Amino acid sequence: MDLNLTAEELAFRDELRAWLKTNVPKDWDGRREESMESRFEYLKAWQYKLYQEGWAGISWPKEYGGRGASLMQQVIFWQEMALANAPPFANVLGLGIIGPTIIAFGTETQKKRFLPKILSAEEIWCQGFSEPDAGSDLANLRCEAQLDGGHYVVNGQKVWNSYGWAAHWCELVVRTDPNVPKHKGLTVLMVDMKTPGVEVRPLRQMTGETEFNELFFHDVRVPVANVVGKVNEGWNVAIGTLMHERGTFGAGLQVAYKRNMDRLIELARKFQRNGRPLLEDPLVRQKLAQCYAEIEIMRLNQMRAFSRISATGVPGPEGSIQKIFWSELNQRFQQVAQEILGPYGQIEGADNHAVDQGMWAYGYLRTRGNTIEAGTSEVQRNIIGHFVLGLPKSY
Amino acid sequence: MQFGLTESQKILKDNARKFFSVECPAAEVRRLMETDTAYDPALWSEMAEQGFTGIIFPEDAGGLGLGKVELILLMEEMGYAMVPGPFFSTVVLAGSVLDACGNAEQKKKYLEPICQGKSRATVAMVLDTAAKPDPEDGRVIVANGKLTGKKLFVTDAAVADFIVVITSGGAFVTESKAPGVKISAMNTMDGTRKQCVVEFNNTSAEKLAGTTTGTMQAIDLATAALVGEMVGGMQRALEITVQYAKTRKQFGKPIGSFQAVQHKCADMYLETESSRSAAYYAAWALQEGAPDAAVAVSIAKMYASDACRNVGNNGIQVHGGMGFTWENDLHLYYRRAKASETMLGDAAFHRERIARLAIDTQAAPAQTAKSA
Repeated sequence: MDLNLTAEELAFRDELRAWLKTNVPKDWDGRREESMESRFEYLKAWQYKLYQEGWAGISWPKEYGGRGASLMQQVIFWQEMALANAPPFANVLGLGIIGPTIIAFGTETQKKRFLPKILSAEEIWCQGFSEPDAGSDLANLRCEAQLDGGHYVVNGQKVWNSYGWAAHWCELVVRTDPNVPKHKGLTVLMVDMKTPGVEVRPLRQMTGETEFNELFFHDVRVPVANVVGKVNEGWNVAIGTLMHERGTFGAGLQVAYKRNMDRLIELARKFQRNGRPLLEDPLVRQKLAQCYAEIEIMRLNQMRAFSRISATGVPGPEGSIQKIFWSELNQRFQQVAQEILGPYGQIEGADNHAVDQGMWAYGYLRTRGNTIEAGTSEVQRNIIGHFVLGLPKSY
Repeated sequence: MQFGLTESQKILKDNARKFFSVECPAAEVRRLMETDTAYDPALWSEMAEQGFTGIIFPEDAGGLGLGKVELILLMEEMGYAMVPGPFFSTVVLAGSVLDACGNAEQKKKYLEPICQGKSRATVAMVLDTAAKPDPEDGRVIVANGKLTGKKLFVTDAAVADFIVVITSGGAFVTESKAPGVKISAMNTMDGTRKQCVVEFNNTSAEKLAGTTTGTMQAIDLATAALVGEMVGGMQRALEITVQYAKTRKQFGKPIGSFQAVQHKCADMYLETESSRSAAYYAAWALQEGAPDAAVAVSIAKMYASDACRNVGNNGIQVHGGMGFTWENDLHLYYRRAKASETMLGDAAFHRERIARLAIDTQAAPAQTAKSA
């Protein structure tokens, strides 16, 4: 056990820190009121710059445009990006989830074709997993693909898709064999979103934003060369993808939480009750300390998990505790923020009484989705029960 | 950066697991907890032979000179087996204070026999009506090098050869058989770790050379070690519960196939693993002298204090009526968990300490992240 950075990690961090200091744009925070599309163009340009200077895909192999560094350096990268308040990558899913899936399951041709453009943000990716009748029971999905010569013909519907409106490509899970048990007849396809028959409809969520979409597929023709992994073995590919989502996705998140925590402490100094700052109220102190401690434990849990993944090469089902931890902590934290802000917590942006341009009202609403998206807390607990603790399946 | 155990740390932990499963099985725990002292001389000399009694102390004091992470791993395995007796009091509490505050002569006199397994000791810290150790509290009076006053919740005092007494005038050592020392048992919940009232009446004592800072560092180390022990207890309670959920059938199925039961087990796992992360980090931070070591200790004790109670509650609930019986071992862990929860400061105490050490001192950030 040694939590000090190695000489190599330290050199990497210092080089990155210096680069970020001169290159992180200062105008990102001011763009909160701009349209989603114009903000996205901005992020694509930022990611392209990172790619050109060798800062995209830190742990990806060099031959596909990555840096060829260690997973720990990848973790340091996310932490430093958050510390520097750098804008996020545009191609969030491509980098965090789909790229690693292609690296693990893709053919050499697929890797050469797709990975560099994920890193450069020239091709944005989305995921087509959930369906109206296949949410937690993902393997129950019905979106079908039938072989017709050199193509699969896809028909069906997907929901809770992020970035569909901006995406060039979609990692799509389809049913290729309806006559076998549900987990066995699935295949993962890479679908060009410009193919005739693909339709994207925005889905307005409770924050008022349209982060998510419904996807419709009408006789969409996908070349067989775009199958990832083996036909009818798509479940393993999809689970691999989801484990990346749960296992390694949260590194930058922890630093963002820490920054929010710092800000909340500042607000607790400023806001008063009964004539004294809330930071002097013993109950508020208890709640802030609880959040502070949990954010630190989130970091420690992640570091242990990353060390384990570095040794084994793949994230395992125990990653589900990271997902439970970050999502439930974030909700508790936002509620503490609401208690500190009192009535001011409910003010959304565009009101001159709003605190921090309404980010706390937004945070309270947005985090409500955290325990649902990327696998509900209930499904994560099922996974721990069955795959980690070895309890019998409940369904 | 590597946050996992080294090969030698894994070996130490595995060996300790095997050692205690043979030397201190559940039947032995139950036998010892029914005795007045929970102390078994044969087990003690076996542990000394393994080097456990000197694990972290310098080799010239007769110790093994291993690190604080190794101590936490040993404590984890002792918590797993719920080893009764004065190891925590002697080695972790008294040993750490003596190591931090004793001069060369005092270490020779007091620490060396601890390492060799020849002496047992404890630390008297908690005053009447106090909830936590407070080195600044002046209610044990020191006059002409003699102590007068009363300390409560002194662990394993009945089998201690000497007692380290924390006062506002420094840390003192007194023989437990010295004139004016009166030790009486307290009837506390955890029978595997006895607690006592210790009264001093004009008792001769030797002042340790070190300062309050040294005492506090020793208490931080003992706190981290206690969390390690709590983690082991949680791990065992989790394993007992998962095993029961796999075999106990209702409605024709193992109860572990029901999500209401699975989710309780998953929460036990989450809180056990999170406590473990915090305990290992605290030990490492103390070993390295990291600037956040004291905060790391409080984070670990705060989290584990709540977690060990939650894990026990969930474990007993999953067991149903069986969990409420004397025969089932879970209540032994539940009792130990409650004793450990309040020892060396409960969750509320450590939350306030985190607020003082890490939150009051925090500088304002320049900008905020957009949360989601």
